[in-house]
Formats: sequence, C-alpha cells, structure tokens
Amino acid sequence: MGRYIARRLLIAVPTLIAISFVMYAILALAPIDPLSQFGADPRIPPEAREQIRHALGLDEPWPIRYVKWIQGMATGNFGYSFMSHSPVIELLLQRLPNTLAVVGVAYIVGFIIALPIGVFSAVKRNSVLDHIFSTGAYIGFSVPTFFTGLVLIIIFSVKLHWLPFVYDSNLKVNDFGTLVQQLRQSIMPIAVLGLFEAAVLTRYIRAEMLEHLPLDYVRTARAKGLLERFVVVRHVLRNSLIPVVTIIALGVPTIFGGAIVTEQVFHVPGIGELLVRSIFQGDTPVVTAVLMIFAVLVVAFNLLADVLYAALDPRIRYS
Amino acid sequence: MATTTQQVAGVRAKEFQRPSRSLWKDAWYTFTRDRLAMFGLFILVFLVLAVIIGPYLYTGEQLIDFTRALEGPSPQHLMGTDDLGRDLLGRVLNGGRISIAVGLTAVFIAVTLGTTVGSLAGYFGKLDNPMMRITDMFLSLPVLPLLLVLVYLFRETLKGIFGPELGIFLMIVFVIGILNWMPVARLVRAQFLSLKQKEFVEAARCVGASDGRIIFRHILPNTLSPVLVAATIGVGGAILTESTLSFLGLGFPPDVPTWGRLLFDAGNFIDIAPHWVIFPGVCIFIIVLSINFVGDGLRDALDPRRKI
Repeated sequence: MGRYIARRLLIAVPTLIAISFVMYAILALAPIDPLSQFGADPRIPPEAREQIRHALGLDEPWPIRYVKWIQGMATGNFGYSFMSHSPVIELLLQRLPNTLAVVGVAYIVGFIIALPIGVFSAVKRNSVLDHIFSTGAYIGFSVPTFFTGLVLIIIFSVKLHWLPFVYDSNLKVNDFGTLVQQLRQSIMPIAVLGLFEAAVLTRYIRAEMLEHLPLDYVRTARAKGLLERFVVVRHVLRNSLIPVVTIIALGVPTIFGGAIVTEQVFHVPGIGELLVRSIFQGDTPVVTAVLMIFAVLVVAFNLLADVLYAALDPRIRYS
Repeated sequence: MATTTQQVAGVRAKEFQRPSRSLWKDAWYTFTRDRLAMFGLFILVFLVLAVIIGPYLYTGEQLIDFTRALEGPSPQHLMGTDDLGRDLLGRVLNGGRISIAVGLTAVFIAVTLGTTVGSLAGYFGKLDNPMMRITDMFLSLPVLPLLLVLVYLFRETLKGIFGPELGIFLMIVFVIGILNWMPVARLVRAQFLSLKQKEFVEAARCVGASDGRIIFRHILPNTLSPVLVAATIGVGGAILTESTLSFLGLGFPPDVPTWGRLLFDAGNFIDIAPHWVIFPGVCIFIIVLSINFVGDGLRDALDPRRKI
C-alpha cells in the first residue's frame, strides 16, 4: 500500500510539472503579449519601460522565466499582481476561503441529498417515485448552473424579496444578526452547486446500487434472514459507495470549475471571480497562479481518488 | 410435453422466416421502444428544424427602437424584446443556429482527434505508452479555467485573420475540441486493444491485409457505436461549454446572439426583464436535456448486452 501511494506520488509530480510547463508556454507564446499590461501607463517613456522590464527579467527568454517562476512557486513566492501591486499569494489567500466554503458546503449538501434518493431509486426500481427522481436528476445536470443561478435570483430576490441580490464581501460575522445575513447570502450559491452535484451523484449511486443488488452475496445475506434494510445499508450500500467515493474525488475539480460560474453570477469574491477579473485586466501573474492552483487541485484529487479506491477495495492490486 | 415441443418448433419456424436484421435496424427498433429517447429525439428534431428554417420564416423586428425596449412577451413579440427593442424570438432562433453549429463542429473535432490518437495507441503497441501519457496529462488540465485563458489570449489574433464572427467561431470550436478529445481516445484505444486480438483480425492479416486496411475496414467500424454515444452526449456538453464561455463574456461578440451571449446581456436587466433570461436559458436547458435523452437511448440500443 505504502509503495503504491509512493508510486502514484512519483507520477503526480512530473504530471504537475508538465502541466505547469504547458500552461506557461501557452501564456508565453500567445500572440498578444501577456505582459503588455505591465507598465502600460503612457506617461512612462519607452526607454524607462524597457529598463523596468529588463530589471524584472521580463526580457529574458520564456524558458528561463519559467524556471525562475517555478522556483518561486516552490518557495511560495507567486509574484506580484500588475493591477493591485500586492503579492499574488495574498490575493489568493483572501479569496480561497470563500470558494472553499461555498464549494465544500455545496458538496456536502449535494451528497446528503443524493444518498437517500439514489438508494431509494435503486431499491424501488421502476416505481413512480424512481421515475420522478431519475427525471429530476436528468433535469438537474442538464440545466446550466448560470441559468439556475439567474432563475433563483429572479424568484427569490426579484419576485419574493427573500434573499439578497449579491454577495456582500465586506460582511463580518461577529454576532447573530450578521450570521443570519451571511447564511442568507450563501444560500443561493450553495443551492446552485449543491443541486447540480446532487443530480450527478444520484445517478451514480443508483447505477452502482443496481449493479450490486442482483449479486450472489446479497442473496446470501437475505437467505441468512437479515432484515432488508440491513442488507441494503450494510451490504449493498457499503460496496456501492466504493466507486462513488472515487467519483466524488474526481468531481472536485469540476465543481471548482462550476464555482467560477456561480461566483460570477452571485458576485462571490472567490478565486473563480478573481480569475475572470484578472483575465479581463490582463493581470498575467494572477492568471497563471490561479491556473496553477486549479491544476494542483485536479492532480491532487486524481491522486486521492486512486489511493482511496485502492484503500477501500481489497480486490485492487497495487501494481 | 408434446404441445411445448410443437410450440418450440413453431417459434423456430417463425424465427427462420423472419427477415434478417442488421445491427442498425435492431438498434433503431430498441430505440423506438424507449419513450424518453423518442421524446428527446422529437424535441431535438423540432429545435434543429426551428433554428434552420425559423430565421427564414420569422425574423421579428430587429431594428433598434427604444420605445419598445424591454417589453414582456406579447402577441407581436412572443418572447418579448431586449434593451434595444429588438424581437427576442428572432434573436433566439438566429443564435440557436450558432450554438448548435458550435456543438456539432467542436464534437467533430474532438471525435476525429480522439479516434486518431485512440486507434494509433491501441493498434501500435510502441505508441501506446507515450500517447496515453499525453492523454492522461490532458485529462489533468483544468478545462474551464484554461478555456477562458485561451479564448482571451487568441481572440484578437483570430478576429484579425478570419473576421469577428468566423474567427471567434473557429477559436471556440477548436479550443473546446482540443480540450475534450481524451475520453474518446481512451474509449477507442480500449476497443482496439480487445479487437486486435480477435480471430477476424487475425484472418484479415493472414490474407495479407495491410495495417491501414485492418484499422479502417475491420477494427474502426466495430468501435463506432460507443463513439457515437460519446459524441451525442458530447454535443450537449459542447453547447453548454460555449454558452458558459459566452455567459462569462469570453465567447461571441454582442452582435452574435448565441444563447449564452443572450443570457450574458440579460444579466444586468434581470430585475426588470426576467423574460430575457428565461427564454434563452430554457432553450439551452431543453436542447441539452433532449440530447442527453437521445444519447442514453442510443447507449441502450447499441449495447448488445442489454438485449435479451
């Protein structure tokens, strides 16, 4: 087991380096100069601008810049934002908790909704409720998240006036009143992501349960005289959740991608919103850093999925 | 006992009389029995016909007229008007053409690329490892953030070469295609790995068929059905991706009303003109839903294991 994890880690590191290289190369070789925004102030004479660029090493060939950049990344130095002139790492640390809170809670909510529905749909296959739930799940993952978000705003903010329009990032939670306010403004972003995730997971849980229900060990459990709910929960569900755990881990990067959209809809100040804003401002150091964070997330959760799968399923050979 | 034997004999006789059915006829038969899939197909055909023929029959008032701005649905404007007083139904029909064209072309690119990589990796053992490493690396790319960055970086250049509309179209289609070929490649490779061991391939090699002939005539046709299913569902995904890009303001320019772009424009008027959000959004939702229904129906129909 230990050796298996070590081997997966050894594959993950070069993958990450390759991804960072590709992304850096795309930015460096793009037809428009990603560094054009730097010192774009017309009051700076061209010679002075060249001097600044030279002093910062921006005129060096990009492979050299890449090596320097990755060395900086490894020591936690992500560079400085062109726009706010503050260290990129500071911006990221400001934004990341918001994204993690919304995404994390949404994921948990999604799983809590999906688990009972998926199990029920599989056990009562082809019942009326199963059809309703399955159709609901279909609808859930066919609706684009930005549309769900806008519809929720129309219903709950515009028509009913129940929930605030946009996310107030200056809100500090220090008493009961502000806590309620924080909850009220978080409901819609979490609901949008959570419902989407619930729809995806319901289908997987139902499919996995259906795969396991006709197996021999289930019949044996029933033949022993076990209560049906023990058979379903302790035997079928436990085994069915093994692949679902992998799906959950593999789905984390996707839901972070979904967070880009929801953060944009509700103006949640997370890293997705930071990415879109920095792209429009041409703030290359921030863009590269956020891209790299997403890449690390993908690789890390792929690794986690592999390890979890191997740990949970004794039939997997560690080779 | 005697009756059962007779019955069996009767059934046998009937079976012999039945005309032979091809895989596709068989699949179509199963498909037509799937109510959800047929429903999806019906809606899909309706939508596609509507956006192909619709703009010729119905254009609506596309002239800018502020006296009619932001009107709700009415008999003159079935979907209402936008902030410049243009008829929304006309814009939705026009934009649908582009949304659907983007979906189809992007998937075509992804499938071509994926099939090429998958067949080379599956057929030629030497290429397998390096090509699958590349596939794995592409699978580890953060797709949506990278799409946004690519669009931002290459938008102006392509606009300059091909003009604003075609340039953006080509770019979006290629970028979506290049970031979505990996599942197809894995699928095709897996099929190739198992099929190239089969007797019929052995037989083809014995009579002296070249590698190219074996790949194109013998193995590729057998990988068609899973690829078709993946492609169908991929079209829905590509339409969603395009609308996401447009919604974030990194897709088509304002004068090209794709469904995502309409939603992006509508975002600022959500409190006074909710109809502007609802209609394009429902269009995206319905087309993706019906594509998913059709894709699932195809999967069931083309999978021989699911038949009794």
